[in-house]
Amino acid sequence: MTELLLIIVSAVLVNNFVLSRFLGICPFIGVSKKVETATGMGMAVIFVMTLASMITWIVEYYLLDPFNLSFLRTITFILVIASLVQLVEMTVQKIAPPLYTALGIYLPLITTNCAILGCAILNIQKNYSFIEASIFGFGSSLGFTLAIVLFAGIRQRLSLYRVPKSMEGAAIALITAGILSLAFLGFSGLVK
Amino acid sequence: MSKIWQEFSKGIFKENPLLILLLGMCPALAVTTAVENGIGMGLASTFVLVCSNIVVSIIRGVIPNKVRIPAFIVVIASFVTIVDLFLNGYMYELWKSLGLFIPLIVVNCMILGRAEAFASRNSIMMSFFDGLGMGLGFTLALVVLSTFREILGNGTFFGIKLFGEGFEPAVLMILPPGAFITLGFMVAGVNAINKRREERSGK
Repeated sequence: MTELLLIIVSAVLVNNFVLSRFLGICPFIGVSKKVETATGMGMAVIFVMTLASMITWIVEYYLLDPFNLSFLRTITFILVIASLVQLVEMTVQKIAPPLYTALGIYLPLITTNCAILGCAILNIQKNYSFIEASIFGFGSSLGFTLAIVLFAGIRQRLSLYRVPKSMEGAAIALITAGILSLAFLGFSGLVK
Repeated sequence: MSKIWQEFSKGIFKENPLLILLLGMCPALAVTTAVENGIGMGLASTFVLVCSNIVVSIIRGVIPNKVRIPAFIVVIASFVTIVDLFLNGYMYELWKSLGLFIPLIVVNCMILGRAEAFASRNSIMMSFFDGLGMGLGFTLALVVLSTFREILGNGTFFGIKLFGEGFEPAVLMILPPGAFITLGFMVAGVNAINKRREERSGK
């Protein structure tokens, strides 16, 4: 039990996916102008990443491993994730229309989110068991959500202030992210 | 000939994928702790980009419009697997230090973006030069970024010590925050240069 808790704490705070592993930077910079959209993106990522961790784990150990096909891992995982996103989109649209209207536009964007593929590959590299892999997927996406919501809050405030002309937009966003990452550096040492 | 030059050169500065279009930021931030890694990542991405551009351009007439994105992804993923196995076999040290980010070239938005926006609409020749220019522009940006980080954060360039014993490296620069801050200043610098150019041509 403590081990699972440690995986979550480490994925959310210490090795935060965005701020210390640099995974999922594109949506992190792209969809973080408002807190609401950032929350929507975060929720969509939590949903897909947890599912993707479970399914890619099953694919690796029940399909690729027995047939010695692990060199096809990259190509298989990206296809699994792409079809999973499509499937999730259709299911959510059918079963929970309100959820779909909330997450709708963010779901297709997730296919090219490197955090999802990165998480799936990390699960295999770290030799996680099925339970650990799904917990790691959940924790990592939670960390992503925390980071993007905090960042959106800062950017919303920042938009009210005047910054130097050439710093506007992405430049100041990157420097803000750097300072946020500096703050998260304070958590290192929390978990070995 | 001038058109080829135009397609090739636009990726280097005017439409630099990293500094102007802001594509491919994940590998750019993650692997640029040393110049060697920056060059390795840049060349690996360039290889995948050029090859996938050529293949996408060849098959652009055959692929139905609806399934083009999955088809492009499969093409890209195959070349990434080639690079992954090649580096693992012949350049093990580099493979180890780039680590997770080699398979993640698949989801580098720069490569899919060029396949979709350029190679699926242009001839093989043009796509080749477009890929080459974009890839070299990306490599160049990575080299500049990693030069700053390695010199300031480690006091070395290509692993050669630059300063005497008294130099205390700013370790922050090779830690994650340094990556964000350096790239932020680089983007701001390029913005400032572009603004000045525009003003000059406007006068």
